[in-house]
Amino acid sequence: MKIQSNFPANPKVSMNREARAAFFVRRKWINRAALTLSLIAMIFGVFWLMWILWETLWLGFGGMNLALFTENTPPPNDAGGLANALFGSFLMVALATFIGTPIGVLSGICLAEYHPRGPLAVTVRFINDLLLSAPSIIIGLFVYAIVVIHFRKFSGWAGAVALSLIVIPVVIRTTENMLALIPSSLREAAYALGAPKWKVIIHVTLNAARAGVVTGILLAVARISGETAPLLFTALNNQFWTNNLSGPTANLPVTIFQFAMSPYENWRQLAWAGVFLITLAVLGLNILARLLSRRK
Amino acid sequence: MTDRPSLSSASGRERRVSLFSNAFSDQIFGVATRGAALLTLALLLGIILSLVIGAWPAIDRYGLGFLTHNVWDPVQENFGGMVMIYGTLATSGIALLIAVPVSFGIALFLTELSPAWLKRPLGTVIELLAAVPSIVYGMWGLMVFGPVLARYVQQPLQSWLGDAPIFGALVSGLPVGIGILPAGIILSIMIIPFIASVMRDVFEVTPPLLKESAYGLGATTWEVIWKIVLPYTRVGVLGGIMLGLGRALGETMAVTFVIGNTNQLRSPSLFEAANSITSTLANEFAEAAPGMHQAALIYLGLILFLITFVVLVFSRLLLLRLQKNEGARV
Amino acid sequence: MTIMTTITTNTQTNGLPPVKMSVRDLNFYYGKFHALKNIHLDIPANRVTAFIGPSGCGKSTLLRTFNRMYELYPDQRAEGEILVDGENLLTSKQDVALIRARIGMVFQKPTPFPMSIFDNIAFGVKLFEKLSLIDLEERVEWALKKAALWEEVKDKLHQSGASLSGGQQQRLCIARGIAIRPELMLFDEPCSALDPISTARIEELIAELKKDYTVVIVTHNMQQAARCSDYTAYMYLGDLVEFGETEQMFLKPSCPATEDYITGRFG
Repeated sequence: MKIQSNFPANPKVSMNREARAAFFVRRKWINRAALTLSLIAMIFGVFWLMWILWETLWLGFGGMNLALFTENTPPPNDAGGLANALFGSFLMVALATFIGTPIGVLSGICLAEYHPRGPLAVTVRFINDLLLSAPSIIIGLFVYAIVVIHFRKFSGWAGAVALSLIVIPVVIRTTENMLALIPSSLREAAYALGAPKWKVIIHVTLNAARAGVVTGILLAVARISGETAPLLFTALNNQFWTNNLSGPTANLPVTIFQFAMSPYENWRQLAWAGVFLITLAVLGLNILARLLSRRK
Repeated sequence: MTDRPSLSSASGRERRVSLFSNAFSDQIFGVATRGAALLTLALLLGIILSLVIGAWPAIDRYGLGFLTHNVWDPVQENFGGMVMIYGTLATSGIALLIAVPVSFGIALFLTELSPAWLKRPLGTVIELLAAVPSIVYGMWGLMVFGPVLARYVQQPLQSWLGDAPIFGALVSGLPVGIGILPAGIILSIMIIPFIASVMRDVFEVTPPLLKESAYGLGATTWEVIWKIVLPYTRVGVLGGIMLGLGRALGETMAVTFVIGNTNQLRSPSLFEAANSITSTLANEFAEAAPGMHQAALIYLGLILFLITFVVLVFSRLLLLRLQKNEGARV
Repeated sequence: MTIMTTITTNTQTNGLPPVKMSVRDLNFYYGKFHALKNIHLDIPANRVTAFIGPSGCGKSTLLRTFNRMYELYPDQRAEGEILVDGENLLTSKQDVALIRARIGMVFQKPTPFPMSIFDNIAFGVKLFEKLSLIDLEERVEWALKKAALWEEVKDKLHQSGASLSGGQQQRLCIARGIAIRPELMLFDEPCSALDPISTARIEELIAELKKDYTVVIVTHNMQQAARCSDYTAYMYLGDLVEFGETEQMFLKPSCPATEDYITGRFG
């Protein structure tokens, strides 16, 4: 390492004191302006949430009454409730979770425990990312093509299948991430006892990641509770109470869509009440998921 | 050998049996997980295949000309997708234009400016905003926001720009608060939380030493964020933006409520009722007669799927390229 | 505490060399934790001063008060005086960015910015001066030569800073600090992530830098303090136990606690 001894201690300076001070003042102002804009952006973001929540609560809460839960959707300009829609939605969401969760968890296990690297994992992960952000209405088209056309009618089953296809990628993603967080020493300790791989995974790894996986499932349920697009041409809608999922099935999101776009005042009122219920349920599930993952 | 043959052979057999059953159940479990994972693959192929098959009559008749054909007439069975494709791209473009800078500001506020006690609640608020179902945005947009926008933005703009040649046309139309612009704005409100929380997350993983080095040279907060943190996290930031774009392109309900559902391209107005791919599907598909109308709608769906596909693949490739340039880091 | 005060007075009354920075009654808190207690210290100009002590003794904390880096974190605060040329940095009306420009800092790990080698150096320069491209190139070359890195990178100035080896990256960070012409250079365990050969080069460089700058280095490595510093401060649990010429300190420390630490009886 040679350092020239006759090397200048100080380099050439181009700006005088005043110019440098002015330059600095400009930088300060740019900084201040940028930070102020950032504050405004934050206020802007929170403002919309407050506005939307406020309107939803205000207009929705006014429509709360017992009839909402006990009476079926009414014809225009008549009294009624949302009981059939609530029940249909509940059935389909439960069924979709029931179908989607095991598949999602198993795939997540495959990615995290069996093939963390390699072409299979890369492909599946890539496709899963794609399906996570795939437009949900496309899922509706797909289920229409394979279920509705096949059975020649709209059905609650088709709706549940469509929703389950939305559950799967969400559960895969969270399961894989949560399993990847489990330290490998835990697995090694279990293998050291001579346990077979599937037992290690189910009893040790998956068990340790339980809270995270349940969080993922809750988030998936929250997501499909409000999904409308995939139901539009699978479950369609139904103005009567039905627990037979092999025909068009009433559900809250599509009912809201129809009622909100209608010119009838009582329908619009019911739509607000429905939106209020959905928002409450979805936010509640999200907060529950949050509490669960924090407690861990 | 002769001392304890029976014991060793018995335990040996027993162990072999249990090993066999463990290996067997291991195999079954492994196959089950792999099968589930492959289902994802099958799902994608199934979606593409079913869309192509469903759209085939329309693809066969119109070919790529469908993209630039701007007539949509179910009665005469004359279909072209240009109006809807334009609507989808225009609304998503407006949404990104608004959402990207706002999200950046929010992420900047949450990571650098917010007092410590506010960070968590504000972050939670933003994340919850992302969870609100799109139908809520749509309904709010139609009933609350649209009229406000028409009254306080469109009408003043009309009276101000009314006669100006280009700008006047952009704001013409009945002041009812529907059209491309309201849909774009509502989409932007919807995707802001997604982009902002990704940006915040990646900003927060920037090593503190890197930021301190820049502060140590005398950089201001803005300079640290803009010139150090943003370049360092560009991969994640881009990922967040792409995520938002994907959402905007495929969003159905928020758009369907406010876009007006009218197939027209005559008026360039941002306040004139229009249509997007998703809103057309939502409104027409369930009632469309099997045949050319349905095929044309599925063709639209296929196009939408391909657009989102391209957005995602593009973002992936970009990420790979950036990672390579960045060397070992990122 | 009394020992410390007498010793600092001694070095001052010896006359040589002039003092660059004076720390007076400095107290520092992490929330409620009292991390530095009544620090009183004079840092001589154009010399290398080393802070040593067991981990958690507050040596890095002390260094980070010199350029007010702690201000980035809301629950950290400092009280007292840090005088440079008679001005208290802690209460100065001058903007903190300008203070930091006068006091360069190099960290435990190399922190190349996500940009080219050239831009890494130019970044800091452009914050404070508007230079023509030619002047800027000259400045970059000057700083890289000063940091003894020029010969190794002159043909690849537009490659990413992250592509250099660890030792080169650390010299890049030194060059980056020098380029904005600071008065003091702070080194916070600059070699803790480096191999022995890179460490030796950095140490040589530090010895060279004191011709033009006042250098303060925090190190957990006693040999490093002995090798490259002129003055040494020994800290323990937030107290400045002893301060004096390095040679004297290592040969015959006046305080038994220092001797225990230096001879390796604890720490």
